[in-house]
Amino acid sequence: MTLIDHLPVLIIVIPILASLLILLAGWWDRRLCYPISLITILLQFGAAIVILLQVMREGAIRYYLGGWAPPFGIELAIDSFNSFILATILLLAAATAVYARRSVEREIGPEKTISFYVLFQLLVTGLVGMTITGDIFNLYVFLEISSIAAYTLIASARKPRSYVASFNYLVLGSIAGGFILIGIGNLYVATGTLNMLDLARLLPASFELATVHAAFLFLVIGFSIKAAFFPLHLWLPDAYTESPSAVTILISTVMAKVSIYALFRIIFTIFSTAYIIDVFPVTGFILFIATVAMIAGAVLAIAQSDLKRMLAYSSVSQVGYIMFSLGVTNQVALEGGLLHILGHAVMKGCLFMVAGLIIYRMGTSRLSELKGIAKAMPISCAAFALAGASMIGIPPTIGFMSKYYIVLGALEAGHWVYAGILLLGSLLAVGYIWRFIEIAYFRDGRDRGSGARTLEAPASMLAPMVALALLCLLLGVFVEGLMEIVGPAASLLLGGA
Amino acid sequence: MKENVVIRTISRFLVPFIQVYALYVIVHGALGAGGGFQGGVVFAASFILMIIAFDLPYVRQRFNYKWIVICSVLGVTIYATIGLLCLIPSGNYLEYGAIEAALGIPHLHGYLIDAVEVGIGITVMAAMTSIIYDISNKGGESS
Repeated sequence: MTLIDHLPVLIIVIPILASLLILLAGWWDRRLCYPISLITILLQFGAAIVILLQVMREGAIRYYLGGWAPPFGIELAIDSFNSFILATILLLAAATAVYARRSVEREIGPEKTISFYVLFQLLVTGLVGMTITGDIFNLYVFLEISSIAAYTLIASARKPRSYVASFNYLVLGSIAGGFILIGIGNLYVATGTLNMLDLARLLPASFELATVHAAFLFLVIGFSIKAAFFPLHLWLPDAYTESPSAVTILISTVMAKVSIYALFRIIFTIFSTAYIIDVFPVTGFILFIATVAMIAGAVLAIAQSDLKRMLAYSSVSQVGYIMFSLGVTNQVALEGGLLHILGHAVMKGCLFMVAGLIIYRMGTSRLSELKGIAKAMPISCAAFALAGASMIGIPPTIGFMSKYYIVLGALEAGHWVYAGILLLGSLLAVGYIWRFIEIAYFRDGRDRGSGARTLEAPASMLAPMVALALLCLLLGVFVEGLMEIVGPAASLLLGGA
Repeated sequence: MKENVVIRTISRFLVPFIQVYALYVIVHGALGAGGGFQGGVVFAASFILMIIAFDLPYVRQRFNYKWIVICSVLGVTIYATIGLLCLIPSGNYLEYGAIEAALGIPHLHGYLIDAVEVGIGITVMAAMTSIIYDISNKGGESS
């Protein structure tokens, strides 16, 4: 037993201790909060990479807490699917942590910085816990940790509207939490275990029970609310628009992805493809709703007059793409869906960072006031263009690759009409991305006085943004390497390997 | 609030008993029904009684926000540290048996469970008390 073997638990315990350390250090000197938070998240990211490599090399890791083997004890189970998600979310969390410092200084009062970093750390830790746990009730506990931290963080912008947004999310999030708990309770009644792999083993015997059907619906609806799957997305636009920039980036990338992960995990690992295709045929319905989500999200995004709100509705649309791959349920489409989880996290993170920078410099994100902004902020607008190209799906970006695989999977499964609508949805993405590009580059803004003065933001905010924008491109170019991670994950979900 | 000697005296008299019972519940957690969470809540209940019998500022003076933060951090730290200590003799997280086997002290895992329960109890007590403070606060001093 070396330290490496304990990484699954250390990646949760050390950050919890760090969040307490931030609290204590903040009393002594408020400037210590940020470095501790940053170092912890970078360490977590490093650990996630090590875990990912180990899983790829040696197969799934199962860590028994307290040495108690499941089903009696709680286990942390990391396989090729969640090690990929873990690395993805911690990459984005690390980028956000680098970005956060200046944005927090500007948008959150100095007396709140300590609690901000504590909650930030707890949010990330809760999401990491949700990702790697192998116990479904443990998943619920971490879900609540991360949700409570998220509600508070959204309200920390201290604008009346952010309180409303946070409260709306609190109400819907609590309903979702209640649904999930009822679903877990039903599964426990039906099988007598809470361990995911044990559930997967025992559940086929009770597939016909109404209790299990109810559990499935409660869990899927609960996590769909959390993942903002249309038409359960109503909390999302306000929550994304009204929270501080750093929080927007974190919840739009990391938190949304973990909810989708949980949904995939429950549908594929616990209920298995046999259930959703034969016993309780739901894939066709999910496919239909996902298609509606793609189109509706994009149309709503086009209709917005605020940059952040536009990107928020775009998230609704992109969740539709990922759920589309779930609805198709074959290897190629799932590979595309998993790629899109990573791709969308990277590009939406980048786009929200640009929006955050614009708010940082201009104090507003209303599109009508951003005319000609590309002259003042050339790097940010270039990053927006690159990430936007990925959002539309222009080769060779990651957004193209993931959509390509999803469409390929849909065609393989014979869903010609849906594949056509998906491509149409991508065209709608051109609508909202191009709108900002046009305003930023081709409209003459009013003269902003001294033309020589650059309005570009500080380097600590530019660096993660540029890195993510380049990642959109690089991940697309070197997609073969990614496929080696994503391929086994997709076949694992479908019950093979 | 009108001064009421009977209520105040009886509350003063009851609080230590409630707290001793809370400690009993916490320590009993390793053997049977009980544990850190329940004991912590009972302990916090003694503060509720104090707030009802006296008033919020009276209790707050004796157990203020700073102590709440220190207690919640302390409790979690005890829990996490004992969990991490189990890694040293190559056990899993919270695998008390590993420490017991390494040091050769019989029944050590029971004491370690007690220590972890005490940690949980302190944190739960602090968190419950801070919730009570917040919901019974009528404005004014907020921290």
